[in-house]
Amino acid sequence: MGAAYQAAAALARREGLGVLRQPAEWLTPLAFVVGVALMFPLGLGPEPARLRELAPGLLWIAALLASLLSLPRLFAPDLADGSLEQWWLAPLPRPLAVALKLAVHWGFSGLPLVLLAPVLALAFGVDDPLPLALSLLLGTPALALLGGLGAALVLHARAGAGLLALLLLPLEVPVLVFGTAAANGGPNADSALLLLGAWLAVLLALAPWATSATLSLMLD
Amino acid sequence: MSKPHPLWRYASPAHFLPLTGRLLPLLWGVAAVGIAAGLWLGLFVAPVDAQQGETYRILYLHVPAAWIAMVCYGAMAFWALWGLAWKTRLAFVLMRALAPTGTLFAVLTLVTGSLWGKPMWGTWWVWDARLTSALLLALLYVGFIALTSAVDTPGDRQRGDRAGALLALVGALNLPVLYFSVSWWNTLHQGASISPRGSAIAPEMLWGLLLATVGFWAYAVAAVLTRARQQLQARVEREALWPRSLESAA
Repeated sequence: MGAAYQAAAALARREGLGVLRQPAEWLTPLAFVVGVALMFPLGLGPEPARLRELAPGLLWIAALLASLLSLPRLFAPDLADGSLEQWWLAPLPRPLAVALKLAVHWGFSGLPLVLLAPVLALAFGVDDPLPLALSLLLGTPALALLGGLGAALVLHARAGAGLLALLLLPLEVPVLVFGTAAANGGPNADSALLLLGAWLAVLLALAPWATSATLSLMLD
Repeated sequence: MSKPHPLWRYASPAHFLPLTGRLLPLLWGVAAVGIAAGLWLGLFVAPVDAQQGETYRILYLHVPAAWIAMVCYGAMAFWALWGLAWKTRLAFVLMRALAPTGTLFAVLTLVTGSLWGKPMWGTWWVWDARLTSALLLALLYVGFIALTSAVDTPGDRQRGDRAGALLALVGALNLPVLYFSVSWWNTLHQGASISPRGSAIAPEMLWGLLLATVGFWAYAVAAVLTRARQQLQARVEREALWPRSLESAA
């Protein structure tokens, strides 16, 4: 048990340091969201009423696309330098190692988005950005879990982020549907938030296991 | 040790190839006769529909296509699970052979559906639950083919097999949630759209539909088996090559 704790702490520390030492990795998706958010008024026109109405959905789509950006670098460097195989030999359950890695990844990619999106929503004229922030708080971990599975599937693929997007977009539809419904407010927002939480719970239980199984198959 | 079920022997290429070789002429024949007879009955003999006029006749293509597209994905997921669990080569070959046929029928469903929608609904496309999920199903097929072909290398199909199998399984598990979320989203945003009403149909219509369905099913099975035979033969040849290359090296 002590060895597992040590391994878990070492993994979390290594992942965190890796991201901290390359700030571009987690700052790029944030800058991407700001850039995409800037494109919406420029493309749709600056009418405040329409922007206010569309803002939650637009910001959700921007967050979903941003979550795809960092995925190709999630497992590929670890596979290339052999550290993935070391984690596979470490005294740590593999799904747990995957979950830890994804948790650190979410902490640097999803959590900043949760904090940034309400600010952008204010810029779009949304009065109460709390539903958007709450829905992203439940939605971005779900996106990270699905994204980890996708990143593991394309480890040996000779293709770029386009393939990953093609695989992940249909799988992420439920997250987007529940998330935007919750962010839009209205009478269905509460049930949408509950459904989003339920789907996140299912993914939390299944995705790390499926991702570690995928990685095991990709390793040999 | 108990003897394995006799069906298991067809998991071996040595038995699968002769069996499908005998079955295929029959299947192609049923496909040709069924499609020809069904479309003839449906397009020329069956009476004009009271509500939809002549446009309803596209259903002789649309209904079998939609059905086959959905079942092919289920079959893909079944063989994916089978292959991951028992590591039989034939399971992955069948899984891959199903994908192009499924894609074909998913696209056909979308095209015939929108051709029907233009005169009936006045628009090529409505964002309703069934149409959106049909589009997502087509995307899932395209993603599967794109992934397997991006992972494959000329000498090694195993990684593509495994990645594809996992994707097919995840997609199949995700489909119910996806369908639920899309229909939930649809009721949220708009009222129920117009849908064809089931009415008492003339016997020529029923027979035409039945024959066309049987014909298209036979076509789908024949196409999948033909593709599976080709892939299997290519794999067996490649695997037969490496002992020979070892010999020449020695």
